[in-house]
Amino acid sequence: MTAVGQSVLRKEDAKLLTGQGTYVDNLHPAGTVFVSIVRSPYAHARINGIDVSAAAAADGVVGVYTGADLESLWSGGLPCFWPVSDDIKLVKHLPLATDRARYAGDGVAVVVAETRVAAKDAAELVQVDYEPIPSVTDVEAAVADGAPLVHDDAPGNQAYTWELVTGDVDKVFADAAVTVKERYRQQRLIPTAMEPRGVLCEVNAAGDVTVITSTQGPHIMRTAYTLVLGIPEAKIRVIAPDVGGGFGSKLDVYAEDMIVIGLARKLGRPVKWTEERSEANVATIHGRDVIQEIELAATAEGKITGVRTRLRAAMGAYLQAVTPGVPLLGAWLYAGCYDVQAYDFHCTGVFTNTTPTDAYRGAGRPEATYAIERAIGALARQVGKSAVEIRRLNFIDSFPADIASGLQIDSGDYHAALDKGLEVLGYDAVLAEQADRRAANDRKQLGIGFSTYVEMCGLAPSRILGALRYGAGGWESLSVRVLPTGTVQVMSGTTPHGQGHATTFSQIVADRLGVEVSDVEFLSGDTAVVPTGMDTYGSRSLPVGGVALYHASEKVVAKAREIAAHQLEVAADDLDYEAGRFSVKGSPDKGMHVKEAAYVAWTAHNLPDGMEPGLEATYVYDPPNFSWPSGCHIAVVEVDTETGDVQLARYVAVDDIGNVINPMIVDGQVHGGIAQGVAQALWEEAVYDEDGNLLTGSLLNYLVPSAAELPSYELDRTVTPSPTNPLGVKGVGETGTIASTPAVVNAVLDALEPFGVTDIDMPTSPERVWRAIQEAKR
Amino acid sequence: MIPAEFEYEVAGSVDEAIELLGSREDAKLLAGGHSLIPAMKLRIARPGTLVDIGRIAGLSYVREDGDGIAIGALTRHQDVATSELLREHCGIVAHTAGEIGDPQVRHRGTIGGSVSHGDPASDLPGVLLTLDAELVATGPGGERRIAAADFFTGVFETALGPQDVLTEIRVPSLGGAGWAYLKFSRRAQDWATVGVAAVASNGGAKVGLVSMGATPLRASAVEQALASGADAAAAAEHADEGAEPSSDVAGSADYRRHLVRVLTRRALEQALSG
Ligand SMILES: Cc1cc2nc3c(=O)[nH]c(=O)nc-3n(C[C@H](O)[C@H](O)[C@H](O)COP(=O)(O)OP(=O)(O)OC[C@H]3O[C@@H](n4cnc5c(N)ncnc54)[C@H](O)[C@@H]3O)c2cc1C
Repeated sequence: MTAVGQSVLRKEDAKLLTGQGTYVDNLHPAGTVFVSIVRSPYAHARINGIDVSAAAAADGVVGVYTGADLESLWSGGLPCFWPVSDDIKLVKHLPLATDRARYAGDGVAVVVAETRVAAKDAAELVQVDYEPIPSVTDVEAAVADGAPLVHDDAPGNQAYTWELVTGDVDKVFADAAVTVKERYRQQRLIPTAMEPRGVLCEVNAAGDVTVITSTQGPHIMRTAYTLVLGIPEAKIRVIAPDVGGGFGSKLDVYAEDMIVIGLARKLGRPVKWTEERSEANVATIHGRDVIQEIELAATAEGKITGVRTRLRAAMGAYLQAVTPGVPLLGAWLYAGCYDVQAYDFHCTGVFTNTTPTDAYRGAGRPEATYAIERAIGALARQVGKSAVEIRRLNFIDSFPADIASGLQIDSGDYHAALDKGLEVLGYDAVLAEQADRRAANDRKQLGIGFSTYVEMCGLAPSRILGALRYGAGGWESLSVRVLPTGTVQVMSGTTPHGQGHATTFSQIVADRLGVEVSDVEFLSGDTAVVPTGMDTYGSRSLPVGGVALYHASEKVVAKAREIAAHQLEVAADDLDYEAGRFSVKGSPDKGMHVKEAAYVAWTAHNLPDGMEPGLEATYVYDPPNFSWPSGCHIAVVEVDTETGDVQLARYVAVDDIGNVINPMIVDGQVHGGIAQGVAQALWEEAVYDEDGNLLTGSLLNYLVPSAAELPSYELDRTVTPSPTNPLGVKGVGETGTIASTPAVVNAVLDALEPFGVTDIDMPTSPERVWRAIQEAKR
Repeated sequence: MIPAEFEYEVAGSVDEAIELLGSREDAKLLAGGHSLIPAMKLRIARPGTLVDIGRIAGLSYVREDGDGIAIGALTRHQDVATSELLREHCGIVAHTAGEIGDPQVRHRGTIGGSVSHGDPASDLPGVLLTLDAELVATGPGGERRIAAADFFTGVFETALGPQDVLTEIRVPSLGGAGWAYLKFSRRAQDWATVGVAAVASNGGAKVGLVSMGATPLRASAVEQALASGADAAAAAEHADEGAEPSSDVAGSADYRRHLVRVLTRRALEQALSG
């Protein structure tokens, strides 16, 4: 039996579930001092002076530093790796602001003390002379005439403009029998990883810098630390220990890392910072915050011919690592899984006095999917078709598919996923119940919402990234080493923060090398152990890293074959290979296992002439294309039409992620993704007041749902293997988040159809639903 | 998430707690800690000394007492929720305790802390007000009983003096009277956006409101309308009269006014149907 395809229990769980995980904050090297950051309470303020004397004199304080005191530590500001256009304003972003605080939470000074409590107490004693100046937090207000400028060198608060146009869009719209124009608001979200961020840095007398940080990207961080702090990259070791979630937020390059590393070098002591939960709500990147306008051109029957999209995307106060590129990750997907001829995407990046935004689970693709999946609903209403009919009419149905936006979808079968979704749902029965409730004018109305999605993940072909001006490649590096006694080490450039790499990757290797899953040891997250890699984001670990692992394993097998042939005194071609064992064609009892070949390889007593000793291989894989998961999600909601309360009654998800390595882990990813996407539809929203204070600064008022609010999902799959990689995999880290939000909002709108409600903003809170009904009644 | 520095004392008895409250600067009682400690972690509360009453023996009980039921101030929400005595004779209190927060909160938080904290969004105070419960406070001058109607004086303000310990909550036995407590919240673990308690009484009902002002309120206009013969739906239209709900991320004042009318009608239908 192969390991691939089995729900092998997660190797990582025994340790994590018994509290033996090691997170940054669990580590306390002797002599560690602690950092607390003084943050601006104002959204926008000049810093006219900082008096640190009282803080510096407080018990246990080692030092208090302003931005000016530390400015010499960082050669430049924090990096933005994705300068998407010629007109981009790469505004300066110092780890500590010196002249002006640009959002509530912007760091202005730092206290170092012997204990965490002393640092926190002393931080309250730092006297900052702020001069509040007008601020703007809303993306549309920020582009209005006369809006306060977040950066003096970015007129109109414009960060950049970017467009992608194919086909004769104007003509298609002019010729269209039907057009719809919709406007959607992607509210601002707070990623909320279970483990807040933390960073610990030690520097030894030789100047070796070890940084232990709660990150998704140890390799990216190593490069960033060099760029910002000027430390030779080879002198830096970055360790990502157990990391308690990230959802994109821990991919970023943060001020606190630079402060901690800079101070550790300056003070010659280990320095540590651990984020507080309410601090995380302002100091860690936010997601979404985009105003979307989408227009569809269609025939009278509802066949879409063209899509035109205009985005205003909030950058926040600064450009973080990939902030400007996030909307672009959705730029190709505004026609969704539908066949269109003309395509026009235009995005303006906008600075506001808010926490910077950046990649948050799905990054750009949930926004695109939401827009097209809602707009097709509007089109269906206009042409009098059902949600199912309009989709069937428009599905792309031959693959590989060259799509209007210019990329090629690898494989898929959108009708099959929809069929299966309807079957799992028992569509007719739900429709009948809905009809009954409508006829009875029931207080609680049912709504059914669809989202048939396609997304692009497996980030990414390096050439495409280059063409998009992204500052790095999209390859991944994996190594496999068979030790002399036959157990296997996997050194992975992609490092987990909850996904279960250790298990999934072991399954892949176990099958290739004919060893047990338990024979494989997974190593990652330490640049001293795995020196190169492109880390974890964009559902890339399996379709890029896993494929690299496949190829590295094949290289090991090829070398083992040479060794076995030499030992067995036959030609390499005369060997069959199955389940780790080479056997001589025609006399199958003569053979050798990869494990035995490993012993031979490392003793090197008798290898073919010229062969290097050892049995290990590295493969750096650069994907030829993105991978394109797709599927059909269906939400059923029950709306209390008096209170506006929305209960998610059922949730069906049929995903096509290509071949599945570990169904249990895949289900886990889908579950979490759905929860996060449903959360955007129903609960989560970062709210600023008019002075730019974050009103949702804690888990009391930033509403992350729990299991109590969510139904048991009904999951199923269709499988169209990706033809672009030998594992046939597509990636699953973001599908749930990408697909679920529009399914739920479409369901809410469907429930409100009897009232004539056709639009509602997210989250669809009880109050919003109630107001929508009141307004429609008028 | 890191509180400011404080001293910590364990009180062995109510008298000792009273004594410590009098002798320490900015002393505060600590019961279940599920309101006070979060506030301290956010540095909204900065007591000089915490006087932990959590280990005082004999303050956790639910027992029959005359016509009613007496609940010790240190009784945890979970024990209130599962008390057979309360379920049988004053089900609304047990039910409401079971609606508070999540299991962790219910296993730590106490009814005394819930009442003494004076949070207008708390569930039990609104129910106790509806029941015309009595609150027993013990201070330097001994014990006194305070009517629920006189107890809740403002946001986080109560009739308790700086050296008072709330020791007991006394609720009536409802006999067969119908009741309802309807809590509307965004998530299971949340405080009420609006809560409505209704207890059938003399052919009409007593109605109490949560999160509709600075303190829990009695919906007297509703009670009067019922007394003069209005049906549930008509009476419920008066539910927001005299209320001053605030606007926050859970809902605007206008929405709360609407919601309280809907919930009051439903609560009355439930309480009066029995
Ligand atoms: C996540 C979460 C969710 C919650 N959800 C809800 C909810 O939905 N509904 C709800 O009603 N509550 C909710 N609560 C609050 C919870 O019910 C608290 O337990 C309760 O409000 C306070 O009780 P305590 O014993 O924890 O008091 P503590 O936190 O120990 O004390 C609270 C205050 O009361 C004072 N105090 C305590 N005991 C006495 C006494 N005997 N005499 C005089 N003063 C005293 C203290 O000095 C302090 O000022 C929630 C709490 C949390 C953390």
